[in-house]
Amino acid sequence: MTDILNAFVALSNFVLIPAIAYGSQLALGALGVTLIYGILRFSNFAHGDTMAFGTMVTILVTWGLQAAGVSFGVLPTAVLALPIGIAVTAGMLLGTDRVVYRFYRAQRAKPVILVIVSMGVMFIMNGLVRFVIGPNDQRFADGERFIISARDFRAWSGLNEGLAFRTSQGITIVTAIVVVALLFWFLNKTRTGKSMRAFSDNEDLALLSGINPERVVMYTWVIVAALATVAGVLYGLDKSFKPFTYFQLLLPIFASAVVGGLGNPLGAIGGGFVIAFSEVAVTYAFKKVLGYLMPEGFEPNTLVQLLSTDYKLAVSFALLVIVLLFKPTGLFKGKAI
Amino acid sequence: MKNALLFVAVFALFVGTGFVQSWNTALAIFNMGLISAILALGVNLQWGYAGLFNIGIMGFVALGGLASVIVTMPPTTEAWEAGGGRMIAALAVGAATVLGAILSRQRLPRGWARTLAMLGIIVAGFLIYRSLFDPARDAIEAVNPAGTGYLGGLGLPALVAWPVGAALAAGAAWIVGKTALGLRSDYLAIATLGIAEIIVAVLKNEDWLSRGVKNVVGLPRPVPYEIELQNTPAFVAQAQSWGADPVALSAIAVKLAYMGIFAGILITLIGLAQMALNSPWGRMMRAIRDNEVAAGAMGKNVKGRHLQIFILGSAICGLAGAMMTTLDSQFTPASYQPLRFTFLVWVMVIVGGSGNNLGSVLGGFLIWWLWVQVEPLGAGLMQVLTFPLPDGSALKDHLLGSVQHMRLLTMGLVLLLVLRFSPRGLIPEK
Repeated sequence: MTDILNAFVALSNFVLIPAIAYGSQLALGALGVTLIYGILRFSNFAHGDTMAFGTMVTILVTWGLQAAGVSFGVLPTAVLALPIGIAVTAGMLLGTDRVVYRFYRAQRAKPVILVIVSMGVMFIMNGLVRFVIGPNDQRFADGERFIISARDFRAWSGLNEGLAFRTSQGITIVTAIVVVALLFWFLNKTRTGKSMRAFSDNEDLALLSGINPERVVMYTWVIVAALATVAGVLYGLDKSFKPFTYFQLLLPIFASAVVGGLGNPLGAIGGGFVIAFSEVAVTYAFKKVLGYLMPEGFEPNTLVQLLSTDYKLAVSFALLVIVLLFKPTGLFKGKAI
Repeated sequence: MKNALLFVAVFALFVGTGFVQSWNTALAIFNMGLISAILALGVNLQWGYAGLFNIGIMGFVALGGLASVIVTMPPTTEAWEAGGGRMIAALAVGAATVLGAILSRQRLPRGWARTLAMLGIIVAGFLIYRSLFDPARDAIEAVNPAGTGYLGGLGLPALVAWPVGAALAAGAAWIVGKTALGLRSDYLAIATLGIAEIIVAVLKNEDWLSRGVKNVVGLPRPVPYEIELQNTPAFVAQAQSWGADPVALSAIAVKLAYMGIFAGILITLIGLAQMALNSPWGRMMRAIRDNEVAAGAMGKNVKGRHLQIFILGSAICGLAGAMMTTLDSQFTPASYQPLRFTFLVWVMVIVGGSGNNLGSVLGGFLIWWLWVQVEPLGAGLMQVLTFPLPDGSALKDHLLGSVQHMRLLTMGLVLLLVLRFSPRGLIPEK
């Protein structure tokens, strides 16, 4: 019995909790990608760098608050700075739309042109972030580090295995639930949200019904800014902030959105968790867990690790290709062919 | 006429660099510009002729680099004895597993039996593969890890490596194309982006193959070393008769030799690409690009042609990658960054003019020159801008220290401006 409990705790500690936190971050990122795809109809390659930009603003404000002696008790100060980060990012995205994207929308340019345009925006945002905050790692988490620390858990339960639950993971999960609930309430209950869904379903019909497309697009960018900044800050709190890492997040985020079904918000969430759980499970060494579960003398003598952790990206990519080949609309029926 | 002027203007940039900075620098930038132009030609083949949105160029370039290593480096005999045979066996088992899984899916009737058979083949194959692969890898990497620790190469001349690089990239492109072509353009983009990341991840981590992040240095080259020239009495006498420093002249002579080889390859490729573009095959490609449905209805094999041109374009990228690694004399997997090796090439093609071979070549030279020179130019600009700020102020130091990141900003700006005001590029398609 203790062995089973030990195995379960080890599994939770190294697989379940990290994967749930990472999955929430991916889901928030994928929601942004999927909203842009649904409303503006292109894959936004600048999304990773939008996340980096929002996080950078939040970090700068956090440093300002810390310097002024403001803190948020046990919670990280970055949570206080988050609204300002969102506001600045929203301004940035609206400005980008006004200067860059609107011209091509008016021309009704092909989606692939918009994708190339978003590559240009990606370059600029990437350069901007590196210019302001530099290309190095930045840590900005403060406050209490653990909700449950491994030592306390061992003392409390008397088990061999410790269970650590970090504050950043707790905040990630709670924030993700709140943000997703708000988003779905907005999309399903409010007038603006309904007009956004109508616009995504059938643009011409929505225009005929008198929906103002520019307004819909504006709301989309503001929501995307909020989602991207929240996802970026949560990822940064959980791991650390580095512009290049955020650029690389593009692949798992796209994989989440596509696996779930591009254009479908529910799919983005499901896809995020599918990708996160596969990445963590495939690259985790199950030796310890199996050691508890197997009978005496049958413990594995290898690591029981399917792939080394360096191949995380390969996991999201493999899932992406498998889904595209066998179920091109994604697991949750997206709108793309 | 206008096109000739554009080429003269870009050439003048390089000559200007020669006068202002040094001829050595100008030649170094020009050589890399030649390689960039070849890369841009390859991408133009895919995007300009066929409208395929490939953003996995970095992966094909890296495979070309790998070819340089495994063709030109001397073999590590002890490593081959320690685990070479087992490694080949392991790779054969891996390939057989994938092939078996695909065959079982194609040949067996639909249903549970097929799924089970496929899963069985994959799981059993994976277990056998790992049981062969792990000890072989450990044995190879244990041989003199500080010096070699990998299988080494074949010890052949560098010029052989370049076509091999093209072939390796073409093989990879065949696998990618078979799975990913036929997807919508956005999906193809995401799939190629992913495959490039994976290729680079493999090169970084499989030490037995390419030494991973320990890098391979001192790759053989097709031209003499500077030091050999400096030790040749005839060369030194010639340099002194011109009144030049033999050391400086030897560096320039080596670069000129490279330039001759690269320019020959580039001109051949331009000729071939132009012939292809103006042939019935080229017209068919453009017809497919402009309207796939109509071309299909005319009996053209859209998917087959797409696969063909995807492989051709990727092979050119592999060729350029192999040439680049030979030029650098070193293979450093960690230096493969998507912004530099994928997206920058896209900027070259778009700015130069997609669909026009000469345009892409022009874009390759221009954008590469800009990429290198933005840093010194930006530093100068920043000096002027921050002049009013007091010396030692934190803001001034930060601005001056961040100048190197200006090049990303500049590239984005150039791309957006061209897309907005001259969407067909400097030399548009006819």
